[in-house]
Order: sequence, then structure tokens, then C-alpha cells
Amino acid sequence: MFDKPILQIKNLSKQYGEGCSYCQHENAKLERNFCPVCKTVYACKNISLDLHRGEILGIVGESGSGKSTLMKCLYFDEETTTGEGFLTDYFNGNENIFTQSGQQKRFIRNSLLGMVYQNPMLGLKMDFSSISNIAEKQIAAGNRNVKQMVDRSNALLDKVNISIKRSKEPPKNFSGGMQQRVQIAKALSSNPPILLLDEVTTGLDLSVQAAVLDLIKTIQRVMQISMIVVSHDLAVIRMLADRTVVMLNGQIIEEGLTDQILEDPQHAYTQQLVYSLL
Amino acid sequence: MSKFPFAFLDEQSKKEIRRAVLKGVAIPGYQVPFASREMPIGRGWGTGGLQITLALVGQRDVLKVIDQGSDESVNAVNIKKLVQGTTGIETTIHTKEATLIQSRHRIPEVPLRSDQIMILQVPEPEPLRSVERSEFKTKQLHAEREYSGAWLLLFEQIMRYNQTSQGADYPVLVHDRYVMNPSPIPRFDNPKIHNSDALILFGAGREKKIYAVPPYTKVESLAFDDYPFEIEKFEGKACKVTGLTDVFLDELTDEQTGETYYLCNDTSFMQEYLEKRGTVHVR
Ligand SMILES: Nc1ncnc2c1ncn2[C@@H]1O[C@H](COP(=O)(O)OP(=O)(O)OP(=O)(O)O)[C@@H](O)[C@H]1O
Ligand SMILES: [Mg+2]
Ligand SMILES: [Zn+2]
Repeated sequence: MFDKPILQIKNLSKQYGEGCSYCQHENAKLERNFCPVCKTVYACKNISLDLHRGEILGIVGESGSGKSTLMKCLYFDEETTTGEGFLTDYFNGNENIFTQSGQQKRFIRNSLLGMVYQNPMLGLKMDFSSISNIAEKQIAAGNRNVKQMVDRSNALLDKVNISIKRSKEPPKNFSGGMQQRVQIAKALSSNPPILLLDEVTTGLDLSVQAAVLDLIKTIQRVMQISMIVVSHDLAVIRMLADRTVVMLNGQIIEEGLTDQILEDPQHAYTQQLVYSLL
Repeated sequence: MSKFPFAFLDEQSKKEIRRAVLKGVAIPGYQVPFASREMPIGRGWGTGGLQITLALVGQRDVLKVIDQGSDESVNAVNIKKLVQGTTGIETTIHTKEATLIQSRHRIPEVPLRSDQIMILQVPEPEPLRSVERSEFKTKQLHAEREYSGAWLLLFEQIMRYNQTSQGADYPVLVHDRYVMNPSPIPRFDNPKIHNSDALILFGAGREKKIYAVPPYTKVESLAFDDYPFEIEKFEGKACKVTGLTDVFLDELTDEQTGETYYLCNDTSFMQEYLEKRGTVHVR
């Protein structure tokens, strides 16, 4: 845990809207993350964080605090407004990933990152067979050998506990929990060093939630993948995350070891969050 | 039809189409937008090909029009009539005699020459359309040479049917750069685009796109390493009339006997073959 971080984010900001002379002022008073004058949304403000190899980093925060926006920026679903990102596995961490060409970003996304969305509709092609969905990332990473991709996809289906017999069924035939498993298999399929998980258990039945969380934990242990796990549910964070950052109105207000944050929260907002859970 | 200008279109329109054609030739496989005109035939009936034909045709050209291998289909005849009526040029059914060949769904069996131009009618120019609905995004994908979607479609076919089931309009990579729909020609005709002596142009009237494969351009059908591209095979089958085996065959059923038989799909080729042998063509 003391080596160079596998991912470093420096001062990442994402705004929706142009901003104005009012909200660009240093001490401007915003309504949460929103400029009352020009209606610009400051979804992420000066986010800096490190992710270490093999670690699970939790991000917790209320609805609208900017968690998904941060994930989408990291996965290049959204363009970041300002800020830098460095991946140890990309030019030794010497190149800002956010200013790369579209082609380079695709390479990073397909080879170095995996994403599991809260809504499986965003991560899967519901009408394509599950095995094609899983192979898609390998295809995108440049694989042109069908047998190799089929073998790898089947191995992953097995890993996420879906019968290989169902590999050719489209995800739309599957339950929510199974769809999340297919998404996880897909995210893993190009063997990326980093996995991004955004509210992957939200909306699932409790027993299904537990099974998916178990799976994530196992994958992390066995494959030594680094993960960022986003949730507004502290129970999920408690179970998975080694370290946790707390977000509010687009900013990180507290960070530390998960146990520490849960037992001795410093920021008033975090205290409120933790005590309401107990 | 004398109230129309030569070749129906006004000079402005022709120039615009020629510019699109030139741009297409300069960037092989790239879809060039153009302001598709209203034509006296319905969109989806070859208006894209027709507009290219009209923009290129000169007084000394000889035109051949085919529809799925047939020179005599209503659609082919109507297109020929329109061009002939507004230009007075000759038409032919013989591939060798033609300078311009407009076609739906086939490239003729007779090899094309460098002094000929092949014009194919295109219903859907975008090879990524079934994985990406937004035109804005497909443009971006082409710009970034990101063709995972096209490969994914082939992969899905292999998963479902254990082979690439795509018969017609099988995607190709042009000049190592753009993935292109070759129009709904059978896979059998794909190799004819590669290194062709003739210029091949593609017109999509409804989708307002023109693209081109200039002569002697590298054109590869997409294929996974362990699932090589294959053309349709007619093993053990032959044209009932000519006995030919190395051509694209149509499967037909004798209405009286219910028996299946095969005929050359390219009817003018079949006719020429029979004439050369001195056999009368009976159908
Ligand atoms: N495309 C957009 N245009 C404008 N504002 C947006 C857009 N996407 C997100 N936002 C705003 O950005 C802020 C952060 O949203 P985000 O989805 O990142 O929150 P979140 O922390 O993931 O919330 P939740 O827990 O509900 O998922 C919100 O105020 C949201 O309304
Ligand atoms: Mg969210
Ligand atoms: Zn403002």
C-alpha cells in the first residue's frame, strides 16, 4: 500500500454550463453545487485522490454529490472540465489521461479500465447474447480470435456464477442480479488493472445484493484488482472499502481508512451520515 | 422529355454530386454527404445510384442497368428509360459494351475494365448503424477508426449461427482505413471490389451519402483469425441451362415438379454464354 498509486487524480473538476462572473469568483455562494445566477452545475470540484494497487477505495455521498459524474469522467463517458489523471500502467504515469486523443482514451478505457454501471442498460447491449457483451471489451481491445474470446468469456461467466449454458442468451432475459454479474464479467474481460463500480447493488434484493458484494470481494482478493466502489450506502462501503472518501456538493469533505471514518467521523456531515446509519 | 436539361439534373446539382464523388475517390471508403435530390422514382429505389449516373453521364456513354442480376426488371428498365429519355444515349445489356453500369445487388460476372465505372445502389451506407443509432457518434467512430461495433456484429452472428450469417452487404475495410458497407451484393462479389480495374461508386439517396473505391484499392472483408471470410459456395450445383459452376447461382423451384434447380443470377452473362455456344436461350 505504500508504493506509487496506480491511479492519481489531481484537481478534477466537471461543470455543466459555462459559469459566469458571479460563480467564477473565489468565494461565490452556490446553492449546493448550483450557481443561482447562471444555473451552471458544479458537479465535481477540485477532486484529488489516489488509488493504490490492489486496494478498494470507497466513495460515499448523498444523491447529487457528484459520485457518478466522477466515475463517468474517469471512464471518459464525460469530458472533464479541468484536472489531471495519471495511470501507472499508461506511460508510467507521466501522461495526463484527460488530454489524450479519442483513440488513446479508447485504448485506456478498453484495456486499462473496467466499468460497472448502476443501470445495466448503460453497460450492456440488452439484445446481444451475453457472451458477445463480455467479448465486446476484448474485441475493442483488439482481439480477433473467436475461440480465445469465447474461452475467456466462458471462464468469466463461470467466475461470476452464471451457467455457461446460458451464455448465448441476451441479458434482457436475465434478472437484475444476473445482469450485474454479466456487467462484472464484461468489465473484467480485458483483464484491466482497475475496476470502477457505480452503485452496483442499488435496486437489487438484499440477498442478491449480498451475493454480488461477495463476488466483488472475491474477485478483488483473487485477481488483485484495484477498485473504486461508489455507493450512497455506508453498509456497502463498510463491507468492501479499505479507504473511503466522502463527497458533498461535488467536493471531497473527508477521507481516510474506512474503519476510522465510520468510528470517528470528523466532518459534521459525515457524522450525521454515520449516526443516522446506526 | 425535352423540357428537362441534359441528364435530368441541373448543372448545379451535377457539379455538387461530382464534387462529392471526387471527394469520395480521394478518401476511399469515406461517406461523403450530398444534397440528395427528389427524383422521379421513389427514394429507396436506387435514387442514390441514379443521381451519380446522371451526374457522370456524357453523350458518348453507354449505360447498363441491372437489378439483382437482371437487365429486364421493371426497376432497371425504368432507370434506363429515364436516362435515355433525357440524354439520348445508348443502353446495353452487355457488360463489355457499357461505360457506366448502375446496379442493385450485383457486380457483373464479366470482369470490369479500367474504362468502366460501376455504380452501386445503397440502402444503408453506415456499417455501424445497427450498433450505434446516432449519426454524430458513428461519424466520430469512423474518425477514430473505432470499428469494434462492426466486429461485434460478426461475433454475435458466429455466436448465434456458428458462422457469419451475413450473406449480402458484408462489411469491408477499405485501404486499411474505413470500414464500408459494399451495398447488398452477395459475399461472392466482395473480392471483385479488391484491386478492381474499374472505379466503383456507391450512392445512397435516402441517406444522402456517396462513397467510392478507386481502382486498384485494397479492400478486405472483415474476418476473425479463426473464422476466415468465405464466399457463397455452390458445391455440386450448376446452372441448369449453361452448366456453369463458377458463377453466382439463383436457387429456383420448378412449379410443376417441385424440383429445385439453379440458374446463373447474371442473366446477360448467361445469354452471352449461350450465344457464344450457338445455343438458343430458352426459359
Ligand atoms: N448532463 C448533466 N447536465 C447537467 N447537470 C448534470 C448532468 N449530469 C449530472 N448533473 C448534475 O451533477 C450533479 C452530480 O450528479 P451525479 O449523478 O454525479 O450525482 P451522484 O452523486 O451520482 O448522485 P446519485 O447518488 O443520485 O447517483 C447533480 O446535481 C446532477 O444534477
Ligand atoms: Mg450516481
Ligand atoms: Zn454562474
